[in-house]
Amino acid sequence: MQIIEQRKVYDAIIVGSGAGGGMAANILSENGLKVAVVEAGPFFDPKDPTTMTQLKYPWESPRRGASTKRAFGDFDMSWGDWEVDGEPYTTKEGTDFKWWRARMLGGRTNHWGRISLRFGPKDFKHKDVDGLGDNWPISYSDVKPYYDRLDKMIGVFGTNEGLPNDPDGFFLPPPKPRLHELYYIKGARKTGIPVIPSRLSILTKRINADRGVCFYCGQCNRSCNAYADFSAGSCLIFPAQKNGGQIDLYTNCMVKNVTTNKEGLATGVSYINKEDRREYELSGKVVVLGASACSSARILLNSKSSTHPNGLGNSSDHVGRYLHDSTGAGISVFVPDLMNRKIYNEDGVGGMHVYSPWWGDNSRLDFPRGYHIEVWGGMGMPSYGFGYNVEAMNEYVGGTTGGYGNKLRDDVKRFYGSVLGMAGRGEAIARYDNRCEIDPKVVDEYGIPVLRFDYKWSDYERLQAKHMIESFHEIAHNMGGIVLGDKPGKDKDYGLLAPGQIIHEVGTTRMGDNPKTSVTNKWQQLHDAKNVFIVDAGPFTSQADKNCTWTIMALSMRASENIVSELKKMNI
Amino acid sequence: MKRRESLKTLIVGGVAGATVGSVGCKSETQQKIKNEVLPGGGYGRTPAELKHDALVMSEDYFNKHELETIAVLCDIILPSTDSAGSATDAGVPEFIEFIVKDLPNQKSPLRGGLMWLDGESNRRFNKRFQDCTQDQQISIVDDIAYADKDNRKPNMAPGISFFNRMRNLTLTGYYTTKMGFDDLGYVGNRPNLWDGVPAEVLKDHEVDYEPEWIAKCINQDSREAIAEWDENGNLLT
Repeated sequence: MQIIEQRKVYDAIIVGSGAGGGMAANILSENGLKVAVVEAGPFFDPKDPTTMTQLKYPWESPRRGASTKRAFGDFDMSWGDWEVDGEPYTTKEGTDFKWWRARMLGGRTNHWGRISLRFGPKDFKHKDVDGLGDNWPISYSDVKPYYDRLDKMIGVFGTNEGLPNDPDGFFLPPPKPRLHELYYIKGARKTGIPVIPSRLSILTKRINADRGVCFYCGQCNRSCNAYADFSAGSCLIFPAQKNGGQIDLYTNCMVKNVTTNKEGLATGVSYINKEDRREYELSGKVVVLGASACSSARILLNSKSSTHPNGLGNSSDHVGRYLHDSTGAGISVFVPDLMNRKIYNEDGVGGMHVYSPWWGDNSRLDFPRGYHIEVWGGMGMPSYGFGYNVEAMNEYVGGTTGGYGNKLRDDVKRFYGSVLGMAGRGEAIARYDNRCEIDPKVVDEYGIPVLRFDYKWSDYERLQAKHMIESFHEIAHNMGGIVLGDKPGKDKDYGLLAPGQIIHEVGTTRMGDNPKTSVTNKWQQLHDAKNVFIVDAGPFTSQADKNCTWTIMALSMRASENIVSELKKMNI
Repeated sequence: MKRRESLKTLIVGGVAGATVGSVGCKSETQQKIKNEVLPGGGYGRTPAELKHDALVMSEDYFNKHELETIAVLCDIILPSTDSAGSATDAGVPEFIEFIVKDLPNQKSPLRGGLMWLDGESNRRFNKRFQDCTQDQQISIVDDIAYADKDNRKPNMAPGISFFNRMRNLTLTGYYTTKMGFDDLGYVGNRPNLWDGVPAEVLKDHEVDYEPEWIAKCINQDSREAIAEWDENGNLLT
């Protein structure tokens, strides 16, 4: 097949347009660089009425929002989920790994939970605390200035609490708690677990003239047409274009590999245009990978050449290793005091108004690292699944289970808004053996070799999940609630969800000072090719008990400014 | 126009967010034009998803008798009240007709359950369920509409699980319509300003906001003032 070369040479080619790629596009273009952004999915703008789902009613969908075609339901704004048509992945025997990919401009930032937590000082040096995993080659003080700028640039609500490992920032004021959240506060406090306002990148207050302010529809997962929540397109790429940034968007273009020269330096990328199914090449002085931790690893592993026979950046055989997702487990709780509610609009922001950061002292616990608690509940908008088994709730209040007619109508109303839930999101230990690698036998529909996952939880994570479930039961009891469903035992890993299900994959191109045990240096630059950088969560040496997006963006900002400065100094 | 066709038109109308008061017979061309006018099928679909919807809608699954039996059951589950319409008024049978084709693992249990119901009805009354009197229908329903934890009616077990499925689909189909929203009282999904739980609700639940917590929360009067901070992260505006 003839490969078609574009004549234009870019200062930088950015692969992926989500949190990391979007930030790189913003910073590099605003510094005058000519950049190409190559995205494997179509163009997407939350404002576009053709694709918009925000404020749609369930009856506008014939399936009422069921998850037939989108894993998180009809109205969720992610094109692509744990399955993408024509783009499989495989797993080794005994591995149950789920890999979410959003194929669209802005990637997963269009539907994510907007939970925007800084990593704390301990999170960068956790080996010093418990001897497990590795320290990052950078510390909180290296990243703090970027977090500070990020808070102001993107906007995040929250509160300064002076906590040692959940740093303060530049916050917008949070929304007031909803009723079920007041019940959670009561239950958690009685259990000795602290609760503070949540930290979400949603604008409760104006930050500039271009983006709107939240109007409380509770649908951030549908992507906000007022740009009042953070999505990489609306908040990073479009504003940079508006400011005159030279950004060429290559959408529906799936990068296959990074091209290199005899010296082993990157010369650009090779990609498949999904529309005409032909292969093209783009030339650039610098290649910035922000395709997601696993996709960037895949591209590197598929970039084999005589100078990089094991894949680009993989002389250490570390690309794809140390893959880890957050741990997760959760419960649902029925609160009899929340029956027969007075009805009012409590949609609020799209996500929780309160949460519990990690409070525990691991020296007195049987597992390392921590987790935070997310809370859900309330009188949400009915969609597919609403009313399922509502009459069975009578079991808990001494009523008759079953029925039809007016009794059933009454049950729907009596129990509406009386169930809430808690979910733990915690830190796993990064392990050398947990990895993604190229499956030598399988290609996707573009002829590109696919990833194979090999991942197992250890007792560290299982015991953490056990602690989550036990804490949730105690909180439930202390708010007068009844836990729905059985308590998962050892045979079910105490409710620990499969890796990948929390969608926080990190670590596949981890940063470190030693080129033999890491893929990138502290500037997220490949040890093996100085003009290739990685700005997604691949370079994370360890995850924290926090969501990864805010750190992806702070680090992408830092790495991108370093690229500008190194280019100016003619170092790359 | 045949009932099957009418169901299809109703569903297509639902997708397109039709505003016409009555759905009459439409030529294929008219229908096609309407769908093209509404980009994304009216609910933000991608081209691939639109194709999927069209494929689902083009399939015939239930026969006339099955659809009519579904309608009878739907209205036993949710009959009309003084203030709210019935399940068939809300178009629940049409929703069920679509969803079992969209989620094919619903097909066999539902079709088999209908067959079980007719079998039971034939055994008792020598008639199909649809052709029974209302009293006869209710006498069967009363045997399958409640949980049977002690297994006192083992022969009814398939009926109980079928009725449970029908009840779930009917509730979901009903409460995801405008009629269902009105019956429930749901008032969200619109721009508004959240400013906390109403005072009387706080009182009813014997909870309150702590002054120090609430002091940190957004004052909705200042939401339009562009945020500025001092160097320590204290908000100034």
